[in-house]
Amino acid sequence: MIHDTSFMAVMIFLFFAGTVLGISFFLGRKAKSASGYFAAGGGIHWAVNGIAFAGDYLSAASFLGICGMIAFYGYDGFLYSIGYLAGWIVALFIIAEPLKRLGRFTFADALDNKYNSRGIKLAAAISTLVVSCFYLIPQMVGAGALVQPLLGFPHYVGVIVVGCIVTFIVTTAGMVSTTWVQFIKGSLLVILCTILTILLLARGVTTQPTTPDGEPRYIAARDVTEAQLPGTILPQEGDWVGTPFVQVRSEEGIVTVWRLEADGTYTETQSLTVMPDGSKMVNGLPRGKGEGEADLYPVGYASELPGGVEETGPVSPWEFLRTMQDSEVILWRTQKLTAGEVTTTVYYQKPTSGDDFMAPGSSPTFSKVRSPKLFDKLDFLSLMLALFCGTASLPHILIRYYTVKDQVSARKSTVVGIAAIGFFYVLTLYLGLGAMTSGALDVTDSNMSAPLLARSFGELLFAVISAIAFTTVLGTVSGLIMAASGAVAHDLMTNVMKFKLDEFQKVRAAKGAAVAVGAIAIVLGILFAKMNVNFLVGWAFNIAASANLPALVMLLFWKRTTKQGITTAIIVGMVSSLGWILLSAQAFKDVYGLDPANAIVPFSQPAIVTIPLGFLVLIVVSLLTPKPIALTTEERAAADAM
Amino acid sequence: MGSLDFKAPLEREKEDADVVAYNTRRGMQMFIVYVLFYGGFMAVSSFWPQVMSLPVIGGVNLAIVSGFALIVLALILALMYMKICRKSAK
Repeated sequence: MIHDTSFMAVMIFLFFAGTVLGISFFLGRKAKSASGYFAAGGGIHWAVNGIAFAGDYLSAASFLGICGMIAFYGYDGFLYSIGYLAGWIVALFIIAEPLKRLGRFTFADALDNKYNSRGIKLAAAISTLVVSCFYLIPQMVGAGALVQPLLGFPHYVGVIVVGCIVTFIVTTAGMVSTTWVQFIKGSLLVILCTILTILLLARGVTTQPTTPDGEPRYIAARDVTEAQLPGTILPQEGDWVGTPFVQVRSEEGIVTVWRLEADGTYTETQSLTVMPDGSKMVNGLPRGKGEGEADLYPVGYASELPGGVEETGPVSPWEFLRTMQDSEVILWRTQKLTAGEVTTTVYYQKPTSGDDFMAPGSSPTFSKVRSPKLFDKLDFLSLMLALFCGTASLPHILIRYYTVKDQVSARKSTVVGIAAIGFFYVLTLYLGLGAMTSGALDVTDSNMSAPLLARSFGELLFAVISAIAFTTVLGTVSGLIMAASGAVAHDLMTNVMKFKLDEFQKVRAAKGAAVAVGAIAIVLGILFAKMNVNFLVGWAFNIAASANLPALVMLLFWKRTTKQGITTAIIVGMVSSLGWILLSAQAFKDVYGLDPANAIVPFSQPAIVTIPLGFLVLIVVSLLTPKPIALTTEERAAADAM
Repeated sequence: MGSLDFKAPLEREKEDADVVAYNTRRGMQMFIVYVLFYGGFMAVSSFWPQVMSLPVIGGVNLAIVSGFALIVLALILALMYMKICRKSAK
């Protein structure tokens, strides 16, 4: 869809961006020390830190990806919400307090606390960089997806704008400005999404969605007989042969695409055709908004409501869910067809009952849970395991424990984080289902579902929600770049390579690293523009959980753990999960553009194999190497001072 | 650049080993409780997905109810943990 640029959205976005940059600049003049740069001096209040946890964690994937997945496929998107929240249980009960007790600036500090090993520092730093980069990709892709309708700029401009703003935030005041940006973003996100949900429930569900001005939305035709088609059916060619899709040429020469249903009737589709010269046609006309041009129209409505009513009116939160469950909704699916040098993407209607989309297995990602084969279910189990184990292994989350003064504050801030994040994830179900029936969905971009739901209520809400979504990206990306710059400056340069830098040079090195990581994030965000952000985050969780969790857990609970065991487990977990992902069907399809049937590994999510592998490797290597000798107080103090 | 404290000694928190052990034990118990629920949810979703479609509370199906329950349970356990944890003497 071609989205009109919203002047109001631009203004609100500029206000948010200006505020965030102003805060960073102001705090940057105050926070000059390394402790201030990496850990905000350990002086952040636990309540602020808790909301900042939410701001750090509720990423573009949470807001845009989950809402988009629920809007397009239903309950399956909510499985991500459940998994993401459950991961905080690991963080609270297993990781939070020991990490605060053991660490100083980075994840590597905690892991290496007992050993003072360069191998551990190197492995943990590399793991931090890899996980941060994988997590950065979906955030930057989300930024690009937002800026397109918000400012009317191409995707890459959004990526560059976010990259530059975030790099500025991180390089001015490090963890101090990052914390406050995350606090503001976390607060606004939860408040605005609550307001949007209340509006949604007050509107209820309808079979006749309207625009904010009250104009009825276009409803694509269904149950059309062959005689009622707007022209003659053309012979099928290329990929079209054997599919239910037919091209119909009208008397004016306009070619539209229709789908032949099992009952012999036809349903209207939308089509986007790329001609050999690169020009694009939408529904048989040149793509555009002018005279004689056409654009894809917004979709998404309930075709049948319980009791045969046309609209429910205001509903309670529980009634809303029951209504969706007992309704039939027109979802849209995609098929790409090629004939000669002409490629057509067909978006077609798929009436789906609530019984189907409100239960696990309705999306391509999780459809295999409905398969009778045990092996097919492993992908789902593996992803849910990765989400559970991944949260407490994400470096940008872990470093937030160093910004509070003690273990009690670490615990309290985690509880505040769980409350805010849990409440937000409940809202994602309402926002996603609301978008599904808002009549405002863009069939080409699931990531835009939440902002477009807001647009169905008016431009102001769209502008505010878009700007919030933009700051969502800023908050998470700044946390990731902080983690990565700490890994480079503190772990790699200072502790591994033993660079002799004075204090000023060390902080400057961290800022230089932040600029470099920001640049890498921009490039990756442009390269992976077309991927669903939620799926990419799933990959980051897999790598984090496989590389970091076995080392963290065994360090805390098994005294026989050796430095060689930790180092090897991090490397094996990281390489095996990364390798698995790159050889998976999802990578074949979405990254390389190859036939997913040729994928090397049997399922796409590696955690169910690679997390146990990490534990196994750590145990075996630890047993094969000498028992660890605890550092003396003097050695510990010397290591701390490095 | 005298204010830069990259090498400032880290002030380690004073802690009582018994308190740490007590809190760790309680945390582990609550973790196991949650894992049982989460594991049950994963098992039913994977092996009996049709059960998830059954209406359970107010006509809303088990998939939604159990999903919400996992989120609420996380918060309840977190609050309980915060309440029962002991503090080290200053």
